[in-house]
Amino acid sequence: MNYVLSIVTLAGINMIAVLGLSIFTGFTGLFSFGHAALVGIGAYASAILTYYYFVPFPIALLAGMAAASLVSLVIGIPTLRARLRSDYFAIAILGFGEALRVILENLEITNGARGLPGIEPFTTLPIVAGCLALSVWVASNFLRSRYGAACIAVREDPVAAEMAGINLFRTRLLSLVVSAAFCGLSGGLLAHFLSFIQPVMFTLVQSTALLAAVIAGGMGSLSGPLIASFIFIAMPEALRVAQMWRLVAYGLVLVLIMLFRPQGLMGYQELTTFFRRSRHERPSA
Amino acid sequence: MFLQTVVTGLSIGGIYALMAVGYSLVFSVLSFSNFAHGAVIMLGAYIGLGLVTKLHFGLGLVVSGAMAGAGLIAIVNEKLAYSLLRKRKAPSLYLMISAMGCAVFLENMVYATIGSRFYAFPAFFKQGVLCLFNGTCSIALLDLFAFGISILAILGLHLFLTHTRTGIAIRAGVSDMTMCSLMGVNLDRLISIVFFLAGIFGGAAGVFLGIKYLVYPTMGWVTNKAYIAAVIGGLGSLPGALLGGLILGVLETFVSTYVSSVMRDVFSFGLLIALLVWRPNGLYGRDTGEKV
Repeated sequence: MNYVLSIVTLAGINMIAVLGLSIFTGFTGLFSFGHAALVGIGAYASAILTYYYFVPFPIALLAGMAAASLVSLVIGIPTLRARLRSDYFAIAILGFGEALRVILENLEITNGARGLPGIEPFTTLPIVAGCLALSVWVASNFLRSRYGAACIAVREDPVAAEMAGINLFRTRLLSLVVSAAFCGLSGGLLAHFLSFIQPVMFTLVQSTALLAAVIAGGMGSLSGPLIASFIFIAMPEALRVAQMWRLVAYGLVLVLIMLFRPQGLMGYQELTTFFRRSRHERPSA
Repeated sequence: MFLQTVVTGLSIGGIYALMAVGYSLVFSVLSFSNFAHGAVIMLGAYIGLGLVTKLHFGLGLVVSGAMAGAGLIAIVNEKLAYSLLRKRKAPSLYLMISAMGCAVFLENMVYATIGSRFYAFPAFFKQGVLCLFNGTCSIALLDLFAFGISILAILGLHLFLTHTRTGIAIRAGVSDMTMCSLMGVNLDRLISIVFFLAGIFGGAAGVFLGIKYLVYPTMGWVTNKAYIAAVIGGLGSLPGALLGGLILGVLETFVSTYVSSVMRDVFSFGLLIALLVWRPNGLYGRDTGEKV
């Protein structure tokens, strides 16, 4: 039972990061191959605080979120201001993520590539569930706000959005910073769940897995990516034999989705729309 | 010391250039970054390794076998993963994600089937060092060979593109796909040829990389460097790929010799970001702004 609980916890932690990337990729329309590095920044920032400075866990989590957001500004400001082609942006942030990882591997305070062992395991399932619920609430409110509407407008048509008076640079940057904060939270929870972190845990492969969940779930949906991310984490654990083949399947899923269902699992729908629709349809039927 | 750094940089730069050509060729025709190219290079290295350990071929046959194999893999890759998207006129980002998926798929397929072991090419490929400038610097014969082949291959490709009917068709496709097909060019065949060319360059680069370092499933990661080289030169440009490869090779070797080998990758990625921001078209690139 303990084993199942830890899988669910891990899936919950991962879902928070996917939620963040979903805001940036799904709703603002910019692709990132570097968000795992932001998760890593959150993990290291919060772990270093509790490990060396005995900072209380909630404050360390907040600090991790802040650190990830600040770091995202470093890449976001120059690249978003320059209005790179969307694929160039994805590559720039890929390079940034890999560079961050190399830096983490060579700092004294992160204990280099050997990783940071013995972090206090503060993260529990209720905490993760609480953070996830809070994250979903914040994310859906953000998307319903004026800023969220601007993000969606930018995704649909940057030129038209700009004509309507939306500042492209500021909207995209805000979306990046918000998504980075979610990733930082996820990283902080991860570090205090596994109690051991290492720079190789936050590589391009991990970024691709996050992106795969968002794309598979549907760009423009929050519940789709959450479901996809849960499936991606839970399935390989359920089929223990298939551990080796998990990443093979990721790759295949990405290609197949692009080829046959580019709108993803849920498309632009939310889980709640299905419920709402069936409630509306019942009286008429 | 200085001369040695330049020579070492050029020899690795030659291999970067060979790989960068693959990125540039595909980008020039389909304008997306084919991240599966790294996996094709890795498979080329494995094919070369198989040929030499199982069949005991010589260097020439190994290189040509790997080139042919990688070329075919690249064609199959295009048919399965991109052609449907291409025909649907999907945004180039979809192609790029599909390419990323292919890279992840192929790399981990090798992990799951062949295993994560590091393999080395037999030592007899590495023998021989040439001393230059009264022994102030030395170069491995293999590096010299690889450098020569890279330059010759890129030159050959340039001649092919400028002097043959197919080459002219490819260049027409680069400037306007639709117009090109209206003129009676078979686009599917044309794109297969482009991927085949990219693949054979990748196969050769894979074998050279494998001999110089080792063969392992994630060796395609090195091709991120080649991608940076292609960006430096301007994606879609052949002389750009060559020049970008050589510049990156030399700069990188200088950083690792005089600054620190740890900072080498940070430097390369930093350079990539800086270039994308300030000069996204590279040294030789054409304007690649996204169309409305």
